[in-house]
Amino acid sequence: MNIKILYFAWLRERLNRGEEEVSPPSSVKTIADLIEWKSQTDEGFALAFAKRSLIKSALNENIVSHDTPLDDAKIIAFFPPMTGG
Amino acid sequence: MTIPKVDMPIIVRLQREKFDPGNESNQFLSGAISDGAAVTFTGIVRSPKTNPIISMTLEHYPELAQSQLEGFATQATNRFNLSKATIIHRYGEMVPGEPIVQVMTLSPHRKDAFEGAQFIMDFLKTDAPFWKKEKTVNGQSWVEAKDIDEKAKQSWQ
Repeated sequence: MNIKILYFAWLRERLNRGEEEVSPPSSVKTIADLIEWKSQTDEGFALAFAKRSLIKSALNENIVSHDTPLDDAKIIAFFPPMTGG
Repeated sequence: MTIPKVDMPIIVRLQREKFDPGNESNQFLSGAISDGAAVTFTGIVRSPKTNPIISMTLEHYPELAQSQLEGFATQATNRFNLSKATIIHRYGEMVPGEPIVQVMTLSPHRKDAFEGAQFIMDFLKTDAPFWKKEKTVNGQSWVEAKDIDEKAKQSWQ
């Protein structure tokens, strides 16, 4: 399963990239699993995602919680709390 | 040839360019006959006296911003009996005094128009994917989300 990940705002800056493609193993079933899996192999990612409560997520352009299953996930976005308006 | 005016009940525009708040409001109002109340909210880049900013840059997630804002406008239209709702939101770099966002609602009566605009703004502040970065003489920093905005949104639920 190929998934595109997008990063925004200070997450993008800390990771030094706005997007990447990943192919997680089948044991990665939710967004929370994906964060765990990435954190184990990527130290920069682990640091940026240390405080999980500060990270919001979207799946296929819908805002969702971290316990959401990755079924049919094409694009996952990670970003800090939003500050528009 | 005259192009017939198509009245779109919900319009969401994301743009880098500056807009003229008065022009937008006038266009929004034109043709309103059976509606007695229009509300316009304009958000402006603010430079606090205690900690002045040089500029503000808004980053956004275009596809999600468009769908979120259309969703808020649709919910507001259904909940408050709006005839029309328009949201304009800018991204990119802007300086103090410039408009960032404008929300306009039209309804037969004022209560719905006021509440519809407030509802849209309260959701927009916390649930639309925009992120503000301020530039001051000391450098740049991301604006932190405020609890008071989260509470304002929750008050509608």
